[in-house]
Amino acid sequence: MLEMNRIRKSFGKVEVLRGVDLEVRSGEVHALLGENGAGKSTLMKVLCGIISATDGTIRINGEERSFANYDEAIAAGVGIVFQEFSLIPYLSAVENMFLARELTNKLGLLDRKAMRKRAHEILQLLGVDLPMNVPITTLSIAEQQFVEIAKALSLDARILVLDEPTATLTPTEVEHLFNVLRELRRKGVAIVFISHHLEEIFQICDRITVLRDGEYINTCNVSDVDNDRLVEMMVGRRIEQSFPTKPDLPDDTELVLEVDELQLKRTDPISSFHLRKGEILGFSGLVGSGRTETALAMLGAHPHTNRSMKLNGKDVSFAEPADGLVAGIGLLPESRKEQGLITSFSIMRNISINNYGKYRKGRFFIDLTKELTCTVEAMERVGVKANGPDDRLDTLSGGNQQKVVVARWLNHDMKILIFDEPTRGIDVGAKAEIYFLMRKLTEMGCSIIMISSELPEIIGMSDRVCVFRGGGIVATVEGDDITSEKIMTYSTTGKLENAA
Amino acid sequence: MPHDTTLGTSVRGYKKMNVNLRQVIRSPLVLPLVGLIVVSVLMGFASENFFSVSNILNVLRQVSINGILAVGMTFVILTGGIDLSVGAVMAFSGTICAGLIVNMGMPGAVGLAGGLLVGLGLGVFNGVLVAWGRMPAIIVTLATMGIARGLGLIYSGGYPISGLPSWISWFGIGRIGNIPVPVILMFLIYGIAWVLLERTAFGRHVYSIGGNETAARLSGVKTQRIKLAIYTISGLTSALAAVILTGRLMSGQPNAGVGFELDAIAAVVMGGTSIAGGRGLIFGTLIGAVLLGILNNGLNLVGINPYLQDVIKGFIILLAIYIGRGERR
Repeated sequence: MLEMNRIRKSFGKVEVLRGVDLEVRSGEVHALLGENGAGKSTLMKVLCGIISATDGTIRINGEERSFANYDEAIAAGVGIVFQEFSLIPYLSAVENMFLARELTNKLGLLDRKAMRKRAHEILQLLGVDLPMNVPITTLSIAEQQFVEIAKALSLDARILVLDEPTATLTPTEVEHLFNVLRELRRKGVAIVFISHHLEEIFQICDRITVLRDGEYINTCNVSDVDNDRLVEMMVGRRIEQSFPTKPDLPDDTELVLEVDELQLKRTDPISSFHLRKGEILGFSGLVGSGRTETALAMLGAHPHTNRSMKLNGKDVSFAEPADGLVAGIGLLPESRKEQGLITSFSIMRNISINNYGKYRKGRFFIDLTKELTCTVEAMERVGVKANGPDDRLDTLSGGNQQKVVVARWLNHDMKILIFDEPTRGIDVGAKAEIYFLMRKLTEMGCSIIMISSELPEIIGMSDRVCVFRGGGIVATVEGDDITSEKIMTYSTTGKLENAA
Repeated sequence: MPHDTTLGTSVRGYKKMNVNLRQVIRSPLVLPLVGLIVVSVLMGFASENFFSVSNILNVLRQVSINGILAVGMTFVILTGGIDLSVGAVMAFSGTICAGLIVNMGMPGAVGLAGGLLVGLGLGVFNGVLVAWGRMPAIIVTLATMGIARGLGLIYSGGYPISGLPSWISWFGIGRIGNIPVPVILMFLIYGIAWVLLERTAFGRHVYSIGGNETAARLSGVKTQRIKLAIYTISGLTSALAAVILTGRLMSGQPNAGVGFELDAIAAVVMGGTSIAGGRGLIFGTLIGAVLLGILNNGLNLVGINPYLQDVIKGFIILLAIYIGRGERR
């Protein structure tokens, strides 16, 4: 059905795809695997005509094709469901599906009836039932994804690319998605499935192609490999993610932060937790369970109905993150590019953004020499790999960008740091460095709240774990109770009754 | 993966400063400077006394009002905002200043202070609505433009208020040595603005809001206060421009400054400041304002229909934004 041969792609001097092959048959779910930065997304963008390959050929049904843009790829039967959805939030499912190719009647007006009928047919084909005439934003993430898939199918896609479709779904929704995929497979659609969850690969996929650092590694049947073998192909060697050893915190360790009550919405559970000096407190839970919102509400950056908390035994209340900063609480946000960094600015400007108090001269002025030495010192402490403090942030890798955010807060001598998804979009090697850095920080007397969707990370790093569900904390586990089974049970059911 | 590249053990030897040719070329000042040189050389050919000291000072004097308005506009645009009310605020401020002195018999100093307070107040008004009211700057300042213009006309009944003490004219046409007072004031204001933007934390925060407001806020920058401050600065520079205008016209003119926001925005974008914010230099704005002044002056000399000049200016703004657009990826 689809053959991509020796695809090469360079951005400037950097070669991101070095002769990659991908062959997908009709009626199969084909997994595309690889670490972050392995070239999966780039390869798919080449397939969809969003970027053009430097070299290599694409054949569809044996016929050589090249797409100058996405529209041409769609016309050739390629559909893609992006990681970030490309739906218009205030339009309905039907309007979204027919966006830019609306059906019209003889008068040139919208033929809403025909569109609704066609949309209904497609959704029925998928075995999905969802409200079609309400704004997309009122649907669940899974339902939105089905709309995306339906949109691709309404374009008669014979090749469907799903880029990390399960990242934000609950287990039931994932199961539903898989049923839809099986149905599509039965109808002969060729599906390319990108996911980081290996167990899903074994559940749904037929064959696997593995990429590593832009190179083609292997294609094989799912039945011929096991988990370890897959990981080995992906990372090139058998590695176990190593976590630094957890310290033994005595029971009487002083409490730095006590949150007695925190409620996001009137209907949400009331969260309460405390943070001890030098510990890493994990915030676990499914996406949308209120972990980030709770942390933001603590700093006054998210609406809440109820909040009382103590910092070092004293009642505090923050109206905006700047107040938290003064009190010694720093936030390292989830999406570095949107919330954490100013990517068009230099490393120095990014590190010193909230630090000017430190190198003040004559009350108002910035001591430029001191700013430079402080920046260089902070960069050295966290090991930012760059030419110098004047490098722009968008020239750095994800891992190095994250280190810049850490350096910013380190420069500020913070007491409490909130890491939101500290290793998202960072490769395995840099992850270990970030983990090590976090432990170093706690040894220096810092306390850390770590919000993470990756269970191994939560288990490997946290001294205690607060599990979130439906907008608040439902349980806190510590010590030997920190197991993936317990945490998953709490996050999905809220209680432990069904635990094995 | 070895851990010894992190904390403690160092990665010494970051280059302290790497100024190279590429960075110089990427500076936002390059294009405006090239424009200024090209236009100046052309003018030099067209008129032999263009480069004479008296003509240069004359051009600078003509530029001064727009140049000062453009200082406040630079602060606003650096945060990604816009202030359409500068011309109307200037006119209102000048009208009140003259009204206080002429109609109410106040001493000149009180009149000047009153005018400045009006500008300051309207700036605060804009700032509060934009920062705390979370309303789009373009609409807020458009509304303020209407309000200020209308209030000025009501206060004066639509007629200029004249009869000011003669010393007021010092601000408009006076000289210190050979140099016109408005030019000195303009350079002084640019100097202060440069210090604010380049040498204080406040300045860095202004840039950071334009670069990424969410990141700035979550890092602990008091974004609302900074926004209040920049619209206040813009109101204040409008009022300072009004002092010069009042001194030059020797009257409070409620109808003055129509369309001045266009010139101020033109000076800022021609000076290489990104209209999306986060990137630009205050001296770029000075170059932009001078460039615009020379163009105005030149178009007059060549005898181009003044109405056509506005059309040309509009296209120059579009051109400047078009050139600057590639800077953001």
